[in-house]
Amino acid sequence: MTYSTLLSSLSGGALIGLAAAILQYFNYQIAGISGVVAGLLKPWQVDSAWRLAFLIGLMISALLWVLMGGNIPIELNNTYGVLALSGLLVGYGTRLGNGCTSGHGICGLARLSPRSLVATACFMLTAGLTVYGVQHVL
Amino acid sequence: MSYKQSVAFLIFSAFLSGLVFGLGLIVAQMTNPAKVLGFLDVAGAWDPSLAFVMMGALITLAVLQFFIKGSCKHNSGKVVQHRSIHSKIDYKLIIGSSIFGIGWGLSGLCPGPALVGVTSGLTGILVFVIAMFAGFIGFNLIHQQDKL
Repeated sequence: MTYSTLLSSLSGGALIGLAAAILQYFNYQIAGISGVVAGLLKPWQVDSAWRLAFLIGLMISALLWVLMGGNIPIELNNTYGVLALSGLLVGYGTRLGNGCTSGHGICGLARLSPRSLVATACFMLTAGLTVYGVQHVL
Repeated sequence: MSYKQSVAFLIFSAFLSGLVFGLGLIVAQMTNPAKVLGFLDVAGAWDPSLAFVMMGALITLAVLQFFIKGSCKHNSGKVVQHRSIHSKIDYKLIIGSSIFGIGWGLSGLCPGPALVGVTSGLTGILVFVIAMFAGFIGFNLIHQQDKL
């Protein structure tokens, strides 16, 4: 890991922390992506507007970055079948566990939630084991 | 109703939060699944980047939260509770998070980076995002009865 990677990791992380703080301070909401977005599947209600606005902001960030001259490398080497299975497990798992990397791993840990600590330990462990299985066993 | 609570402002602040969140993921290169897999692959050429992203986010959020709490107390006389309605560690939390981890490990994609990547138009990302929504809907259908 180079010094510039370290800097971009820390500063990117700081932006994520700032974004979560904005949503907490102004909207009184936790910036858990899976929860925010899955809430849009309910029939339209007052609550839906800020969720949609968050999602649009999230998706537009990539366009803004590219317009500013940046590029976004995405290296994805899976078959569509594996990606579909991966997406299904991520969708179902984050709802059952009530959070993903952002909700539990960042917002939850920042407020020292024991639930989020357990959740983060669980998904880090199974993700690590899955990668080990795919890369070194299969 | 104060300006801070007006619907238009709440929509703007949520939009801004999403935008900054996405830019953070991009700056940190967490939008690249290969980079995430490099962190998760402890037995390979381990890339600690994701740990530093989390560290940067946690420190920033914890510091800002400290001031947010102070200001909430100061303005309204009571501390705003950001607590989840769920408070106990149950099998749903453990099984659900473990299932999520398996899905995350298969591709290196989690909800935030996948949604940021949608505008790239890559078919793989679209397949993942559609399947993720199918997973959300599947959960709603399966667990309809035990919700409230």
